[in-house]
Amino acid sequence: MRIAIVDESAARASIIEEGLANLENCEIFIVTERRGLVARIGEIAPDIIFMDLGNPSRDVLEEYFAVSRALAQPIAMFVDESDDESIGASIEAGVSAYVVDGLSAGRIRPLLDLTVQRFNAFARLQADLAEARGRLAERELIDKAKRILMDNRGLAEPKAYAEMRAAAMNQGKRIADIAEAIVTAHKLMGDN
Amino acid sequence: MGQDLTIGFLPLVDACLPILAREHGFAEDEGVSIRLVRDVSWATVLDRLLYGHSDATHMVAPLAIATTLGRGRPAQPLAVPFVLGLNGNAITMHPDLATRLCPPGRLGDPAEVGAALAELVKERVALDKPIRFGVVHRYSSHNYMLRYWLAACGIRPDIDVEIATVPPPFCADALEAGEVDAICVGEPWNSVAVQRGTGTIVLATAQIWRRGVEKVLAMRESVLEEKREAVLLLIRAMCRAARHFIDPANWDTNAAILARSEYLDGDSAIIKRAISDRLLLSREGEIFHYPDFMFQYREAANFPWVSQAEWLYSQMVRWDGTPYDRTDAEKAARVFRPDVYRSALMGTGEPLPGASSKVEGSLDATTAVSMQQGNMTLERNRFFDGVIFDPADIPGYLAKLP
Repeated sequence: MRIAIVDESAARASIIEEGLANLENCEIFIVTERRGLVARIGEIAPDIIFMDLGNPSRDVLEEYFAVSRALAQPIAMFVDESDDESIGASIEAGVSAYVVDGLSAGRIRPLLDLTVQRFNAFARLQADLAEARGRLAERELIDKAKRILMDNRGLAEPKAYAEMRAAAMNQGKRIADIAEAIVTAHKLMGDN
Repeated sequence: MGQDLTIGFLPLVDACLPILAREHGFAEDEGVSIRLVRDVSWATVLDRLLYGHSDATHMVAPLAIATTLGRGRPAQPLAVPFVLGLNGNAITMHPDLATRLCPPGRLGDPAEVGAALAELVKERVALDKPIRFGVVHRYSSHNYMLRYWLAACGIRPDIDVEIATVPPPFCADALEAGEVDAICVGEPWNSVAVQRGTGTIVLATAQIWRRGVEKVLAMRESVLEEKREAVLLLIRAMCRAARHFIDPANWDTNAAILARSEYLDGDSAIIKRAISDRLLLSREGEIFHYPDFMFQYREAANFPWVSQAEWLYSQMVRWDGTPYDRTDAEKAARVFRPDVYRSALMGTGEPLPGASSKVEGSLDATTAVSMQQGNMTLERNRFFDGVIFDPADIPGYLAKLP
């Protein structure tokens, strides 16, 4: 079976590829370039195409399927009413699928499930990364605020931190919020 | 109990009414809360609608009919209780072509530009490099307006010229890269191409059909029944948004809202130009004012005339190459739901026409119409070639067209 993964995110495409790599009798093609997409799909002649729901070229590909005269043209996967659950899961995960007519649901289903899992895994990775970046930014902010307190009020480092923590507890806020307030106030005072 | 609706949209200026209904609190005030979901392709907007991720969506009008008739996908009956606007699209050509077709500094005359284009088309066919147009979707008003104009000028779409799908955000790139020679797209994407110097605007679609139906609010028929109360409230809220949208006093505010990253993520100056019916036609040129370039409110613009759905069906027959089918025509006509629009606005100050269908393109002068509620005149609404669409005889109409 020939599987095309169309994704402008090369990182996500390779994560999906990795997920599908162990399947037997499957050949996987990755398409990350927007230009020449239709010609490339024509060359690959895939049985299944997985495409990110956020890809503006979906309309281009659907137009191509609609007008192409080739015999085995893929059609939007959202066909089999009995499979609403799995389609719902794929939309939730952000992936669309096109399959050539006549391919049995039994063969499509495991592929779709795997792809959906991989899409979700990628989304989790991104969320983790964003969270880690957020934490790093907070850490930097707290350090900055601590330095302001140390410089302006001649406090020792542990004392500066303790003061921020006390303020946070008294006001029911996070230390990062207090630190942000200190840094902002400091900027506004023009006392850099 | 609070009512809520999730509404899908593409980042285009004519997604304005649901966005402004939310932002100005008209929706909350009417008693419905709106959540908006942005996507970048009509395919995804449609998937979300069909699988219940959204209750309603901003949609190119022909796609609502194509979906109901099962063109391209299994048939799913959709309903259109509200038209989000008329026209607002333009045809933008590569500057080298535009200079041969259209006097600089103003929009061309559709018949004259078409005649000049027909010559150019011959030259390019002889070179075996046919002119290529980009439109945003197979089932878009852009596609139908462009084809209507070309055919009326003696240029055969798909034979003399190619027409391909190009997603709006890629239009300027596609012109620059020479993938297409011209695009028919909504704002802000014509202006983006102009700003980058890769395109010159030659025609507004409002010149092809002065009152052409454009985007609609589409939903699944079953969802309309289930959430009818909320939909009625939404319609009232969007009418208030439309009235607000066309008031010059609000143009700056509304342009700034639409430009925000969660909506169009674009340039508020360009958006304001579209809202105020002004276009920069070429990078070196001056701003050109074309009244009713966008048409979001006056003359009950939001009323879903059954005859508009029937006109769209006639063009679907014409360009899909499928025969006219009476059952399909009836199904298509039923997609537009003036009955729902009426029940939402009965007893408000909004004008409600007496009829639900009209002969399209028949008015050459301002005309008073009989009303169910309020007073209203309709202005000139012609097609540029003067052909009139009588919904009572679609096969007869099709026989008259080239």
